[in-house]
Amino acid sequence: MRADLGLYDYLPWPGRPKITWPGGKKLAVWIAPNIEFYEYDPPDNPTRTPWGRPNPDVLQYSHRDYGNRAGWQRMMAAMDRAGFRGSVSLNVALCDHHPEIIRACADRGWEFFSHGIYNTRYVYNMTADQEREIIRDAFDTVRKHTGQELAGWLSPALSNNLWTMDLLAEAGIRYTCDMFHDDQPMPVKVASGKLISMPYSLEMNDVIVYNSQKVTPRHYAEIIRRQFDQLYKDSDDSGMVMCIPLHPYLVGQPHRIDAFAEAIRYIARHDGVWQATGREIAEAYHASGAYDAMSAAAKGGR
Amino acid sequence: MPMPDSYLDYPARRYGMDHDRYDWSDMFARAPIRWPEDARVALSILTHVQHFPLNMPAKPFKAPGALSMPYPDFRYFTNRDYGNRLGVFRILKLLAEKGLTTSFAINGCIAQRYPAVIDAVVAGGHELVAHGLDMGRVHHSGLSEAEETGLIADTLRLLRDASGQPVTGWLSPGRAQGFHTPDRLAQQGVEWCLDWANDDLPYEMRTDHGPLLAMPLAYETDDRVVAMEYFHSEPDWVQQVKDRFDVLWRESADHGGRVMSLPLHSWVSGMPYRVEYLREVLDYMLARDGVWAAPAGTIARAFRAQG
Repeated sequence: MRADLGLYDYLPWPGRPKITWPGGKKLAVWIAPNIEFYEYDPPDNPTRTPWGRPNPDVLQYSHRDYGNRAGWQRMMAAMDRAGFRGSVSLNVALCDHHPEIIRACADRGWEFFSHGIYNTRYVYNMTADQEREIIRDAFDTVRKHTGQELAGWLSPALSNNLWTMDLLAEAGIRYTCDMFHDDQPMPVKVASGKLISMPYSLEMNDVIVYNSQKVTPRHYAEIIRRQFDQLYKDSDDSGMVMCIPLHPYLVGQPHRIDAFAEAIRYIARHDGVWQATGREIAEAYHASGAYDAMSAAAKGGR
Repeated sequence: MPMPDSYLDYPARRYGMDHDRYDWSDMFARAPIRWPEDARVALSILTHVQHFPLNMPAKPFKAPGALSMPYPDFRYFTNRDYGNRLGVFRILKLLAEKGLTTSFAINGCIAQRYPAVIDAVVAGGHELVAHGLDMGRVHHSGLSEAEETGLIADTLRLLRDASGQPVTGWLSPGRAQGFHTPDRLAQQGVEWCLDWANDDLPYEMRTDHGPLLAMPLAYETDDRVVAMEYFHSEPDWVQQVKDRFDVLWRESADHGGRVMSLPLHSWVSGMPYRVEYLREVLDYMLARDGVWAAPAGTIARAFRAQG
């Protein structure tokens, strides 16, 4: 076992090359709804059990299913009203199960990135070739149903192997959401290609906030506003990124949606906000020369 | 140990659900539901009345709220039993003050252990919902057909005999089921079930013995979940219930009737320091126009009457 991921160089905040976002905006804000499918009777993976109870765990299964029957509509309406397009963290099998949801997202110009096939299938214990097959399936499925070429990746249920990033870059993925070490996009050290780590966030993620940290819906809205206020200030000198990862089965519940909707309307009211998708942020990062400048600075780092 | 290539097979990857129990349906795309009295929201209040045996098994899992201290767990056995001695009567009293007839999900063994609870629930005009035999007897796929069928039969017989009601609603201990639980429930005359948490409206499930109506029961605003799993304060529970109600009530203007469910536990909301927060929640909802409070079975029949 290794003591370090070895996927990025240390690059302290002070003295970094400046990031400039399109239109002179200060802070890129992107929303990443995890539109997911959890299987009723998934096979076991020796590293991790999908459900807390023996299959079928009907309470947890139906709780997830709530997102695809009711929650996504409330989440989408709140984002529409605040002018946010989503970058969908997609279990790509959902294209087969619920194409209606995919169409509603595509019609709004939302981006799709891959979150694996199902959230109940992990890449633990896979060979590199098996993992390549997952990546190929994701590219093919998303292309077939949306016409989009995948640019982003978040591993299913945050399961990774040490070689995962090499495989993503080899397949043409432009950005990964699997690492939480920065508020600016950063180059990832891969065997081939140019992969960047896109700021995603564990602590803005509704599943962490609600299920792990046990915060109330109104306090989640307060957390979002405070995170935004600080990053907005911090972006005076150089552009940063704020990500809000969502799950329609959680934020789309009737007792949660209004407080959340008000928080993202608050963000959208600020002139310096760039309401972007993950793909657009990655493109701007390369186009502005930030990728090359950060890579050079990191190599010369202390 | 690498995964076999069969791990990359997805036999149920197809349109709709990955099982045949029910069809996928977008709640916002359905024909609008109309409740009696032209109500916008059907208010479904359901109080859990439970017995946690001192020797409840840990395998294959314990239902939520289970005794968690080493045997013999005086602490939680008696705390849960408080609900059957005082808590349930405190809630019954409040419901009577508000003129509400509601549902009580009751473990079958309560009929033997505490017949006074059944009598008081029936006398209050409330509906009994079968809640399994006791909280130590969870339903799961490891049960044989004979074992699970027996648990269901014992539960229904005890509650039907003690109440004189037909008892056609079901809530599993811990909302846990095996693959065949819905089939076995329907086989024994259960018409509707509260275990699944995927909708704010009723919908039909398929079983080997005809349809079974899935009735909504809120999961995350359940008094026990908020207090014992999230550790939120009582005012925070009140806020979440009000916010949930407000959104459902608002949606009904454009999308038709909704169900607002309020799951309570006799040993949670029946505590002296909590019951006035329950009053606040009830007063808030009952002050609004277009709220039809009814037992879950009455709401189920009103839904089915629309075909």
